[in-house]
Amino acid sequence: MRLRLERRDVPSDAMRLLSPVIAVGIATIGAAILFAALGRDPLACLRTLFLAPLDSVAGITELALKATPLLLCALGIAVGVRANVWNIGAEGQFTIGAIAGGAVALALGPDGGWSVLPLTLLAGIAGGMAWAAIAAVLRTRFNAHEILVTLMLSYVAIQLLGWIVRGPLRDPDGFNFPQSRQFDASALLPTLIDGARMTVASLFALAAVPATALLLNRTLAGYRLRVVGLAPGAARYAGFSESASIWFCLLLSGGLAGLAGICEVAGPIGQLLPSISPGYGFAAIITAFLGRLAPLGILFASLLMALLYLGGEALQITQQLPLAATGVIQGMILFVLLGADVFTLYRLRFAATHRHA
Amino acid sequence: MAALPRLDLRGIAKTYGTTRANAGIDLTVMPGEIHALLGENGAGKSTLVKIIYGVVQPDAGEISWEGRGVAIPDPNAARALGIGMVFQHFSLFETLTVTENIALGLNATEPLPALAARIAATAARYGLAVDPARHVHHLSVGERQRVEILRCLLQQPRLLIMDEPTSVLTPQEVEGLFAMLRRLAAEGCSILYISHKLAEIQALCDRATVLRAGRVTGECEPRTTSPAAMAEMMVGRAVGQPDRPPRPAPGAAVLEARALTLPAADPFGTALNAIDLTLRAGEILGIAGVAGNGQKELLAALTGERLAPVNAMIALAGQPCGRQGTAARRRAGLAAIPEERLGRGAVAELSLTENALLTGTDGPNVRHGLVRFAALRRFAAGVISAFRVVAASPEASAASLSGGNMQKFIIGREVGHEPRVLIAAHPTWGVDVGAALAIHQSLLDLAAAGMAILIVSEDLEELFLLCDRIAVLHAGRLSAPTAVADTTIDAVGLLMGGLHDAIAA
Repeated sequence: MRLRLERRDVPSDAMRLLSPVIAVGIATIGAAILFAALGRDPLACLRTLFLAPLDSVAGITELALKATPLLLCALGIAVGVRANVWNIGAEGQFTIGAIAGGAVALALGPDGGWSVLPLTLLAGIAGGMAWAAIAAVLRTRFNAHEILVTLMLSYVAIQLLGWIVRGPLRDPDGFNFPQSRQFDASALLPTLIDGARMTVASLFALAAVPATALLLNRTLAGYRLRVVGLAPGAARYAGFSESASIWFCLLLSGGLAGLAGICEVAGPIGQLLPSISPGYGFAAIITAFLGRLAPLGILFASLLMALLYLGGEALQITQQLPLAATGVIQGMILFVLLGADVFTLYRLRFAATHRHA
Repeated sequence: MAALPRLDLRGIAKTYGTTRANAGIDLTVMPGEIHALLGENGAGKSTLVKIIYGVVQPDAGEISWEGRGVAIPDPNAARALGIGMVFQHFSLFETLTVTENIALGLNATEPLPALAARIAATAARYGLAVDPARHVHHLSVGERQRVEILRCLLQQPRLLIMDEPTSVLTPQEVEGLFAMLRRLAAEGCSILYISHKLAEIQALCDRATVLRAGRVTGECEPRTTSPAAMAEMMVGRAVGQPDRPPRPAPGAAVLEARALTLPAADPFGTALNAIDLTLRAGEILGIAGVAGNGQKELLAALTGERLAPVNAMIALAGQPCGRQGTAARRRAGLAAIPEERLGRGAVAELSLTENALLTGTDGPNVRHGLVRFAALRRFAAGVISAFRVVAASPEASAASLSGGNMQKFIIGREVGHEPRVLIAAHPTWGVDVGAALAIHQSLLDLAAAGMAILIVSEDLEELFLLCDRIAVLHAGRLSAPTAVADTTIDAVGLLMGGLHDAIAA
């Protein structure tokens, strides 16, 4: 006997949409096994993971707070993947966005007036774009693949942030702690509800959902991206430029990730710190695929992934589980999702090695 | 004494998903017989020979080899029985020599010099001119095919399967191939010859089995059966010829190439060398040639996928455009039908409506950067009805259409943009006879209506049927075009083989 994967003639649409649900279901079972193996009560842990974060208004606003950067980054990643441009360095563009925006906020200081916040946000977007542009240049000029370049640039960005908060932008009155001064109130995003940390950034992210859907499904630009992604030969025949689509996707996803970064430091954090992201840029890759690369799907996926972050924190507090447990669960979701997708596209055949016809 | 059949198939069946590729096929090949397997694309010929060669396992049916039942689980088993196959697409390493390539295929431990001597001896015996020491990337397509054939012959096959072998050969090379096959058959080797070219089968084969839609629809002796009768077995109904509507006198030159020279894009490509070409309104100009002689490069240069080094090298309606890309040339009235339908002429995953936008981004389909899907759907529906495309709806995906219907849709889409010049690469390649007739008819009608049409094809019969003038591309150079009435298939064949300079001198 041997196993063989055979391509299905017509993959089922229903299965394509169901596979994220199946993936979350199987990953939940996997999580329960993991909890049991760690000597915890699986049901109590699952309750802590999925339900406890949602039992208060504060919990729900925290969910929106965590979902916002995921959503912004994942939308950009998804547009790219549809065009076969793989920006997996949203984490780096997020970080550079935070640095660039943060530098502007600190430079304009307390007496910049109303223009401080818009300039801060624009600097954040520009920072993310500039970081992604490095990958675009290397890809279009030297054919260096963006998967590697964007990923490696993420680590460069994180190191850069570490140096900046210990060097040029260190708070002079901060007792040598590696952090910048607090941003002035004029550089901070307004919150949506008094007492909650959720800011108007959540509205930006929400507005990006229909905007991305419009781009992909209704505009000529989105059509070109999809053709370049699906059939590069057809794009050449039609005269759609591949390098234009690489530039567009990297600048768009870099800009969105940069916006997410500056919204994080000009929002709940309020200053530059050596660590400003619990891996939002990487989790956004999972978010994009979990949402089937479709904007509305990504909205739901970002809420689920945000819930995992909150639940993971709760698990650390109430069950004394390590943070890595959250990462394992995230990884399981992606793994099972990819597996489910394989079976949506292919069927498993058991073939006898010898067959008498 | 009645000889045992070399190969006897009974009730072979194979189903892919919902498609019955083979539905109970019987086939008998006698020793020393040249047996034709005849059928349109999609009739099940490829599946059947893949079953014989062990590439594909049948769902049902029996295979007998020289009187005993056998299973052929893989190509190694087929070769062990004495079955050799020359595929349509060669599997040779460009950077290795002929001997090295053949050694790889044989899995033998024979030293290379000894093998080279055997290759040379076998080549000489069958009149296959190949130098064992040459690198494959220096070889023409015809020579590469000889390497593939030699690889089979060295294993002393008793059944040789040839899959559409002549599509890459000049008429003279075809004659050489046939002489070799006849000699092989006289020595007792059976040959299963797959083709849809009736004239070849009449010239070569002793018997023919005709397939249609996965079933055997007839057996005949090709030498005594009329081509019309064989075509009818193949297609299921009588096949007509396209009408030739009267042509206007050729009008102004609408597409011109002047000393078009373009270096090869990759090490195995062909450079274009000083190509001159004039295409007038209301005429069909054919470009013949063996694949790999610069057709891809010429098409890319004319459509704008590759820019010419000098703007004046190409002109559309008198305006130089060599430095303009595809979109600008399309606006100037150029339309192109590429060789590959899915992945180039259309995107398999997208609907016909969405595919209509591929080359229609300038017209009323887009406003303020937004796609007007209603207008696009009307356009797609218009193409579907005007060109009798068999499709569920404009929302059907391109992948769901048959090759012929997709080609009709692509031609209809390009014609729907009302171009002045239409460039068609292999317009009926892999298309069933009915669709090919419809495509030929619409090309003739368009030319009669004043469109200038350039057809690049390897199918000489098609070119002689459609074209007013024919030029031949060989090694990146284009011969002077001659009127179809003043030339013959043989004369064009000599040019395809590279006698360009001899004739010019």
